[in-house]
Amino acid sequence: MTENDQSSTTASRISTYMLTIVLIILALSIMALLFAVSAFVVGDQVVAGYLLIIGFITMGLSTYLLLQSRKRVANLKIEAPKIMTTIECIKCGLKSVREFQRGDYVYKELDKCQKCDDKMTITAIYKEVKEKEKTYNV
Amino acid sequence: MAFIPSGDVISQIIYAASILLFVVFMLYGQRIQMYVMIREVEASLYKLKFIKEEGRKIAIETIKEIGKPQTDPSARVDRYLEYFTISPQSMDPAGIVYKLDHILDVRDTRLKDEVKIMAPGSDEVQVNNLENTLEAAMALNFIYKVVRHYYIQGKKTLSLYVIMQLQMILPLVMKEAEAYASALKAFAYGQPIGDGAGPLVAAKLMHGYETRKLPKDCVVATVPIEGRTAFIIKAEGPGGNVGKPGDAVQTIIEENEGKIANVIMIDAGLKLEGEGVGEVAEGIGAAIGGPGVDQYKIEETLVKYHIPINAVIIKEDIGDAVSPMRKEISDSADKVIERVKNVILERTKEGDKVIIVGVGNTIGIGQ
Ligand SMILES: [Zn+2]
Repeated sequence: MTENDQSSTTASRISTYMLTIVLIILALSIMALLFAVSAFVVGDQVVAGYLLIIGFITMGLSTYLLLQSRKRVANLKIEAPKIMTTIECIKCGLKSVREFQRGDYVYKELDKCQKCDDKMTITAIYKEVKEKEKTYNV
Repeated sequence: MAFIPSGDVISQIIYAASILLFVVFMLYGQRIQMYVMIREVEASLYKLKFIKEEGRKIAIETIKEIGKPQTDPSARVDRYLEYFTISPQSMDPAGIVYKLDHILDVRDTRLKDEVKIMAPGSDEVQVNNLENTLEAAMALNFIYKVVRHYYIQGKKTLSLYVIMQLQMILPLVMKEAEAYASALKAFAYGQPIGDGAGPLVAAKLMHGYETRKLPKDCVVATVPIEGRTAFIIKAEGPGGNVGKPGDAVQTIIEENEGKIANVIMIDAGLKLEGEGVGEVAEGIGAAIGGPGVDQYKIEETLVKYHIPINAVIIKEDIGDAVSPMRKEISDSADKVIERVKNVILERTKEGDKVIIVGVGNTIGIGQ
């Protein structure tokens, strides 16, 4: 475990270090923009233009870095999809669907059918996928 | 000069600072990019670690629940997760198939024995399921360790290229890890997985007919289809098991002295992005994955007796193949049966004998 702790502290050190740099750059870019405005008011249009360009570019870069390095909230969970079991009576066609239970398998024979005396059989076990997959028109 | 703002000292300083920033970005841009990449890899690595730990936990819990062991199986599971297999030397490849076959047999027996010791209270079906569960946990453990290896190496060397390679393949690695994680759950509960499409079709064809066992871990049923005699082969369910279809097909062909008109193999096939899940496609050749031993044996026997071979595959991606079977795949079984009947009608005469093999892991599918 010591090795893991060590790596996580170095990781946080890098991230705070990075974060400070990025934030300083961001502040500088905002200042550049402010100075651009003041230069424009004074009438120095060339300087205003330069400051504007520099300000915007550095601002763009720093926000990009900020967004990139922000730790995405990892979805730390193994999703458990709903598994359904279809039970059918082969003789009379009575069909029902229930949730999967441990021990179920396809072609397992279960209790007697409610209508006739034949045994019910599991005919399918499958996972329902709720959300529709994104399709690409190509 | 117009480049240097005149007068105001502060704007001159700001100007100089901005230029400096440009230089910094130019010189250290790559390094900054590298830190971003390292962080990305790190986040994935944490996720992998979580998935791996979760897998181990599920495996241990399932063993405790089903196997009713007297002692805590954790230490044994940890040892199991570190098992490795050395593939045979291929410098002189003649006869390597049987060497590999032997190694895989030994591995299979060893792992099953290990499971029996860990979970003495489990029956044959549960031993198979537990073995599959542990193998999924083993795969997760391995993925985690390899990614961690390259991550640490990248950090140690601070080489952009080591980290970049890892970062480039990471989405695929994560997809695979997530697939194994859901496979692990499916195995623990004994639910059919997407790879079971082949055995599912075979089970549908043979259901209601008498079956007998074949080497190794396979069953066969003799079923009349469209006036032909069909030998339907699948791995013996409902335990997690792929059997050895190569040996089974070989046995049936030898039993009939090679008088087989056609062999039809049904398997789950890897789909390309853009293709639909559960689509059915037809082709030629031995449709069987794995290390290649079974494919080799089938092809060898077919060549010996000049028997044609057809394949029908059900399209799905790697994630679908190892996670619980999707409805589309389960529903496509009837389409596959239609296709198989077509092949039989078009490619064979009445009274002929055909072999139909459902290839894949038969977990959760009986017969
Ligand atoms: Zn009934």
